[in-house]
Amino acid sequence: MSSVQLNNIVKRFGSFTAVEKTSMTIEDGAFVTLLGPSGCGKTTTLRMIAGLLDPTEGEIVINGKRVNDVPIHKRNLGLVFQNYALFPHKTVAENVAFGLRYRNVPKAEITRRVQDALELVQLPQVGNRYPKALSGGQQQRIALARAIVIEPDVLLLDEPLSALDANLREDMRVELKNIQARIGVTTVFVTHDQSEALAMSDRIVVMSDGRVEQVGAPEAVYNTPASEFVARFLGASNILDGRCLSRSADEAVLDVPVFGKVTVPGSRAPHLAGEGPAKLVIRAEKLLLRDTPPEGGAFSAPATVETVDYQGQSVRYFVRAGEMQFQAINMIDERPFPVGAQVHMTLRPQDCAALPG
Amino acid sequence: MRSGFAIFDHAQFRHYAKQITDMSVEARERRQPWILLSAPLGAVTLLLLVPLVFIVIYSFWLRSAVGPDIAGFHPDNWQRALTDPFYRYILFNTLKIAAITTFFCALLGYPAAYFITRSSGNKLILLLLLMLPFWISYIIRTMSWINILGSSGALNTLLLSTGVISSPIQMLYNEATVILGLVHFLLPFMVLNIYVSLDGIDTNLEDAATSLGATRWQSFLQVTLPLSLPGLAAGGLLCFVLGAGTYITPLILGGPRDAMFANLVFEAIITQLNWPMGSALSLLLLLVLGALVAVYNRFLGMSQLTKGLG
Repeated sequence: MSSVQLNNIVKRFGSFTAVEKTSMTIEDGAFVTLLGPSGCGKTTTLRMIAGLLDPTEGEIVINGKRVNDVPIHKRNLGLVFQNYALFPHKTVAENVAFGLRYRNVPKAEITRRVQDALELVQLPQVGNRYPKALSGGQQQRIALARAIVIEPDVLLLDEPLSALDANLREDMRVELKNIQARIGVTTVFVTHDQSEALAMSDRIVVMSDGRVEQVGAPEAVYNTPASEFVARFLGASNILDGRCLSRSADEAVLDVPVFGKVTVPGSRAPHLAGEGPAKLVIRAEKLLLRDTPPEGGAFSAPATVETVDYQGQSVRYFVRAGEMQFQAINMIDERPFPVGAQVHMTLRPQDCAALPG
Repeated sequence: MRSGFAIFDHAQFRHYAKQITDMSVEARERRQPWILLSAPLGAVTLLLLVPLVFIVIYSFWLRSAVGPDIAGFHPDNWQRALTDPFYRYILFNTLKIAAITTFFCALLGYPAAYFITRSSGNKLILLLLLMLPFWISYIIRTMSWINILGSSGALNTLLLSTGVISSPIQMLYNEATVILGLVHFLLPFMVLNIYVSLDGIDTNLEDAATSLGATRWQSFLQVTLPLSLPGLAAGGLLCFVLGAGTYITPLILGGPRDAMFANLVFEAIITQLNWPMGSALSLLLLLVLGALVAVYNRFLGMSQLTKGLG
């Protein structure tokens, strides 16, 4: 098991900079997710850790040792690809045994470890089959078994669940996390799917345009986004441009359109330094629609329902207040508000987050 | 009773009506591919199968020294084609030259195909460059070697002017130049077939192999090479068959002793005007190469070949 450190990594392809001066530390045994839209540099970063790409600048340190010049086959990393990348001409057992054959492992032990790995991914019976005889989910489990059987220092997962269909993806998410927790391997997971990132990670690194936007625990990244990009990328948010009127250790007072003065607790405004332009982030599921204005304590504003997106236990509304459109995701008991209904949007300031403008 | 009768009639009518429309749709669909295929099938029958039947018939006729060929069923030509040591030697020589040519095409073609597959630039341009020689007549391309290797050709001139040799070396008109010319002609076929095969291999497979501890070379041997073997085999088959059937190259670049089997056929039919013997010889070559294709088809399947041509 090992830690991974990136020190001022830069990757340029010609004049295009894929990753700009990035540093991060991935602690021993942690499950860290690189999250961002396509083209944000997350896969490039992963490929540099793997040794498939050389960084233009900076150093990569694994387990305290600089590995920039260590070729990929000597890095002892487990790599899982989105498209599984199983060797089609080898059986499942041969696939899983592949890495062990380059590690001077005795034959009997190879057989035993391959079987152990197949049992770990709950496919002990398929050793003699060829990959194409397995379903996508099974193939990805075999790819995982192949990567972890070599007891890698770091497990690198490049969008491993993206090729699976939705239900399977959620099952595999839980299983992957369980397996990682059981063997305790340091894991770097790349995804563009925010729910995967939130569900699986110890820490999330949100990336955009080759830069790290925010690093933190899932709930920290979700509740107190460091930038508008993070707020928009994780979950559905309403972001209001306004001004910070005063900022103390305990609270920040913001003046925003529609809701007026909103006092946000200091803990929800860690990135806001002082007075000046500021943004208020209201999560769509924290914006509650009601028939009647609330009694004291909560902020509210009248609005008209424009779009109703009924999803069973919850509804996604688009409502209009003056010039602005808001998104609200509310749990419902019976029937959603109809289109055109006059409602009151209410929010609790402690559910909001404040950003520098 | 009356209503029951009416219902029965109506249902029966609908049943028949449906059956008729269903059948006509099915029949139409069955007919359609044959309508589309009729023209090429007609051409193949008329231009290939019918002449082939003629050749088979001809091969059992006998040439007479005077007058027209003697029709009938005479196995003489076949007997001679199969037993004459000269024919047997030429057949063996032809297969040997085709095999050596195929070997060198594979040796030179694989790295080229690998390079094109992995090049980050415009693969289309590289493939176009590969096809470029086809825009020049095969005969001219073959004859160009005379300008390079001839006694007053480019290579001899260079060696003479640099003082390496004092008189021109005879480099042309031997088995080696025939093989050289054939490799020159057939290499693009090999490269294309291997390229198609390599291009279908997911590059992640090699990355996965190296991440598991294999060196670049080991991962090539373990993963890329075995997965590209079908393309290599398809290219090999094409090179071998085209090489073994060649007529121009030994004629232009070979010496008197480097005749290949197609030259024998030419000799029999055009020079000796012995059509029956020429027919038997050409059928013999067809059978040998056909057997080879059959073996290939048995183990690898023809689909790989059409993939390479497409």
